[in-house]
Amino acid sequence: MDLHQLWTIVSLPDNVPIVLLLFVVPFYTWYGMRQAFANDRLIEQLEANPEMAKTHHRKVQPWRPGWARDVHVWPYLLRIELLATIIVTIILMVWSITLNAPLEEPSNPTLTMNPSKAPWYFLGLQEMLVYFDPWIAGVIMPSLIIVGLMVVPYIDANPLGNGYYTFKQRKSAILTFIFGFIVLWVSMIVIGTLIRGPGWMWFWPGTTWDHNRLIFEINRDLPDIFGIHTRVPKIIFGAIVIGLYFVAAGIGMHKLITRTAFNRKIYSRMSVLQYATMQIFLIVMLALPLKILFRLMFRIKYIWVTPWFNI
Amino acid sequence: MAETNGSAGNGSGTAGPEGNGGGKLAAVLAGAKEVKARATGELAETIKAPEKTDVWKSVLRVKHDETPRSRALGVLSNVFLHLHPAKINRDAVAYNYTWGMGGMTFYVYITLVFTGTLLMFYYHPSKVVAFRDILYLESDVPFGKLLRNMHRWGAHLMVIMVELHMFRVFLTGSYKKPREFNWVVGVLLLVLTLLLSFTGYLLPDDQLGFWAVTVGTNMARATPLLGHDGPFGPQLGMTPFNDVRFGLLGGSIVDSNALLRAYIWHCVAIPIIASLFMIVHFWRVRKDGGISGPSPIVLESEIKEPKKV
Repeated sequence: MDLHQLWTIVSLPDNVPIVLLLFVVPFYTWYGMRQAFANDRLIEQLEANPEMAKTHHRKVQPWRPGWARDVHVWPYLLRIELLATIIVTIILMVWSITLNAPLEEPSNPTLTMNPSKAPWYFLGLQEMLVYFDPWIAGVIMPSLIIVGLMVVPYIDANPLGNGYYTFKQRKSAILTFIFGFIVLWVSMIVIGTLIRGPGWMWFWPGTTWDHNRLIFEINRDLPDIFGIHTRVPKIIFGAIVIGLYFVAAGIGMHKLITRTAFNRKIYSRMSVLQYATMQIFLIVMLALPLKILFRLMFRIKYIWVTPWFNI
Repeated sequence: MAETNGSAGNGSGTAGPEGNGGGKLAAVLAGAKEVKARATGELAETIKAPEKTDVWKSVLRVKHDETPRSRALGVLSNVFLHLHPAKINRDAVAYNYTWGMGGMTFYVYITLVFTGTLLMFYYHPSKVVAFRDILYLESDVPFGKLLRNMHRWGAHLMVIMVELHMFRVFLTGSYKKPREFNWVVGVLLLVLTLLLSFTGYLLPDDQLGFWAVTVGTNMARATPLLGHDGPFGPQLGMTPFNDVRFGLLGGSIVDSNALLRAYIWHCVAIPIIASLFMIVHFWRVRKDGGISGPSPIVLESEIKEPKKV
């Protein structure tokens, strides 16, 4: 256990935001889900008791007859805003007084930093470089994340859960988002920051960063395992495998989408275009952890090998 | 106070015997006393009710009584507050619904614009000088180190807050009708926030920023069709000297042109674009019916059939 190494990594000024993330993201996940479960309990009560549903104000927040539904912005919101600005200012001030922004040696193109890392919010993408070629990890994936986020409101056909926390009424949406945000985005950032060392090699927290460490691993391409070594058959084979994946994942996703009665109800509200868009993004998103598993379990580098690009 | 009292007492005591001259003095002193009394009275009134003074009225334009009407007007007729509605959902002012992340992001952005502008006074976006400017800033400029630290940590804080804001908006389903488009604007703002932070990373021109930006922009060389290392790029005639990375860096390596470009994107172009999107974002929050909740729960049995077109 090399505590000094651990401290060096954790106390690196630019790594402090990630240490902060480690606390803040679980906290707010708990904070939001706690309210979601509270609302879910109320939903169950209301569903079991139609009389109550008619008269209840339908919030977990307390409410008494005679209370106004709205309050004045002045002072009830503005005082909170003032307080928030003061607290944020204090946090920022204290943080800035106690911790100095990093400044390394002057830039030197002839001296490569090892490991040379992107800013922390891009480390998830840099981590993907281990498993994908740069054109996928650095260009296609960010574009798909951005476009995928943008289409969310247009493919989510579930009208429930608009303006209140709930898990029961939006299970698939919330699980998908948590998977994307926490598993694929935040945890990859944490891995990239705290675990990846020299040569972008995996160093468990507490082990020493060994600059001379070498890992001998032979990654093979999928066609080679099947004994396909010439160019054209490789292209055809890869296309077939990817195509099969899309079909299989599509069928699997369809099974998931139409698994429960509620999900089928939402499904029946979707247009073909909505459904197709959702399928494509879900399939591509699922491909990411699958490729990672493929690499880690079977040491497979590429699945589709062509002279122009490799996947 | 004591002095005035003393001379007034003296004046009244000696006015009789000394005749005319003394009478004049007494009159002046009595006048002074009256003026003093008036001034004290006015001052006391001003302190007691400053909102009734002409100066106060000139600043605030309208009367402020403790009536609902004047509270509403206090928000609606104020140039800095008019983005707010007059009234708001009573449960939305509790911290637990919004987490305050959107508002705090905006506040941190303002802080960044402020500290960033001050930093610009001490920075030249050219090789060699840039790094020296940072050293100068850290050692010689009063509060320079604090300024740079606040800008750096504020940027990190903003990225974290934006992501948490998006997380909250998703968990509360606030992107649903009628707020779909505002979510799209929000995603664009998230991207712009990341780009702002990324372009700023290069500016100190140290090893950290240099290699981070080298790693980051090396992705661009692999852009399909538009990068010289990307799929079908070479077939389309892409070289290191005409592809999309060349356009980003203003050269084939991260050098002085890249520094200048990062500087202009960071200090001028992206802040303007981001501000425009922010204007739209906030405006849409209001036009889409204000903050999304906490709204009353809708049950599964109450889903309305979608209108068939």
